[in-house]
Amino acid sequence: MKPPATDPWASLRAHTPARIGLARSGSALATKALLEFRADHARARDAVGDVLDAAALAAALAPMGEVLGVASAAVDRATYLRRPDLGRRLDAASEARLAAHRGEYDLVLVIADGLSPSATRAAPALIAALLGRLGGWRLAPFVVARQARVALGDAIAAALGAGAVAVLIGERPGLSVPVSLGAYLTWRPRPGSTDAERNCLSNIHALGTPPAAAAQRLAGLLAAMRQRGLSGVGLKDEGELL
Amino acid sequence: MTARAATLAGTRYVFPDLATLLARATPPRSGDVLAGLAAGSARERVAAQMALADTPLAAFLEEPVIAYEADEVTRLILDTHDRAAFAPVAAMTVGALREFLLADGTDEATLAALAPGLTPEMVAGCVKLMRLSELMTVAAKCRVVTRFRTTLGLPRRLGVRLQPNHPSDDPKGIAAAVLDGLLLGAGDATIGINPASDSPARTASLLHLLDDIRQRLAIPTQSCVLAHVTTTLGLMNQGVPVDLVFQSIAGTEAANAAFGIDLALLAEAADAAAGLARGSIGDNAMYFETGQGSALSAGAHHGVDQQTLEARAYAVARRFRPLLVNTVVGFIGPEYLASGKEIIRAGLEDHCCGKLLGVPMGCDVCYTNHADADQDDMDALLTLLAAAGVNFVMGVPGADDVMLGYQSTSFHDVLATRELLGLRPAPEFEAWLEGQGILDQARRVRPPEPARLPAPLRRLLA
Repeated sequence: MKPPATDPWASLRAHTPARIGLARSGSALATKALLEFRADHARARDAVGDVLDAAALAAALAPMGEVLGVASAAVDRATYLRRPDLGRRLDAASEARLAAHRGEYDLVLVIADGLSPSATRAAPALIAALLGRLGGWRLAPFVVARQARVALGDAIAAALGAGAVAVLIGERPGLSVPVSLGAYLTWRPRPGSTDAERNCLSNIHALGTPPAAAAQRLAGLLAAMRQRGLSGVGLKDEGELL
Repeated sequence: MTARAATLAGTRYVFPDLATLLARATPPRSGDVLAGLAAGSARERVAAQMALADTPLAAFLEEPVIAYEADEVTRLILDTHDRAAFAPVAAMTVGALREFLLADGTDEATLAALAPGLTPEMVAGCVKLMRLSELMTVAAKCRVVTRFRTTLGLPRRLGVRLQPNHPSDDPKGIAAAVLDGLLLGAGDATIGINPASDSPARTASLLHLLDDIRQRLAIPTQSCVLAHVTTTLGLMNQGVPVDLVFQSIAGTEAANAAFGIDLALLAEAADAAAGLARGSIGDNAMYFETGQGSALSAGAHHGVDQQTLEARAYAVARRFRPLLVNTVVGFIGPEYLASGKEIIRAGLEDHCCGKLLGVPMGCDVCYTNHADADQDDMDALLTLLAAAGVNFVMGVPGADDVMLGYQSTSFHDVLATRELLGLRPAPEFEAWLEGQGILDQARRVRPPEPARLPAPLRRLLA
């Protein structure tokens, strides 16, 4: 069944990215719609399986400051997907590397592969925009983390001696947006910090919140966090007013 | 606590308590491995299943898997257990119960009478021994019929929740997806939105939007915005049109606390919904969602396997006589159910347990992009559930939920399944589809050209 010449759905599609008014044959999708869905799923699956290009990321970050590479205790992608507990812990070598850089820091910025390693390509632009707004913060070296969950940032901050952590991490890929970055801010992080103690800005990508706008929101949240001496649910209202 | 043991090929396996026995006997899934509860080998798993098969059902009443004093869900299960209903199976073991459920003489009436006598742990233990075909055969014998403005769960009927989510709750975008679903025969179970933000103002505006569409088109169905129960309660008190009260629930007190609820709050919400009496043909006004792994995810599993805890969530559900309960089986991610194979088995286990306990089970047949699954797995689970008599499934435009970022079943998928197995929508909704000219003469959903649709529907397309 072909869609009619004047497709009545065309105007409605302007209001939603949902797959409405799909052409069909019997109850099944037309071939084009079927294959477009498969292509989008393939893209999202590939986004999960991507390997973080830590060298390229470090090169992009190097002009802005020192960069340390770390890995979680999840040894490979398959382990990472099934063992969130391992993705929250540093491996021994990383623990030692960070201990050697221990110091007095207000904030550490962590760039983590998460579920969409390619999404971290947006991180250097975000960080460049953010650094201009972080005068007065003593920054630890940037940390690039492989096979990382959000809570790995707590372990990283504890090892470095940082008073706050911002984790920029690749989010669960969807069919419409396979590469999206999330930012999680935690004040006084420690192993065992709960999600209720974090502030999150998600959907950082060109069609959601672009990196420059995200940097502005994050700088505001960080300032409020420092002023109030807390992060998480208690900071929610101020965050939304920014 | 009584240790139980079985010897397999000369090795003796000992299980110190019922929770350990249930966990080791569970067919493999990643969440139990993550929790450190799974059997260490295939042989240990079978040994546990042998020991479980020999365990008397009465043991589950004497040895709660989570202590009575520590957990209000345990108290609900034991305090509401119907000894008279239990009597016909009181002397049976878990293995004997499996055979009883499958026996020719055990029919719909037997199972309906038995339901209040079964506890979640009994049915969870029993399904661990079953193959997929048995999970389907037993579930298909059960019938749980509920009503609000449509009748759900009738024989040879398959309902659909029309799920018109939008990433920023745009009213026109949501209305467009609602129209798409209605024209494809979806929406008899409910038209239910997951809001991107569940602020009271946003939830209220979406409730008005859905109520307006329903009334304008005179659709016999019920609407729902899946906000937190406290948000919905507040809106009911302000006179916002609330048909169904939604809440996610789990099988332990601590996991429910992580959802920000307890049984008293659910009771308050159920009373408030009953007070509104908005159902035209029935008063089942609650909508619950569940899913294996939610308790572990909240750090609230008490060393109990995720399938047993899921069955305990149905004890919470049945207390409040819901219209709809669905297990969102693949949503939580591969750390709990790793693959299409694990998701398919879990979906059929959940459906069977729910039906045995007298809960109107549906299923969100779904997966995320980091799980090892695809639409073929969803086709398999949808078809198996439909053959097993599932009350309802989801209908999402093109199977792609653009707000929650996961894949479920599409309007088209449900149509194909209805046609393949000869299933029909809820009778009240089917009559409406006929009146709109959306069904053709063979009673297939084949909407006419837009110009020939009734005026109210045509206007929504303009």
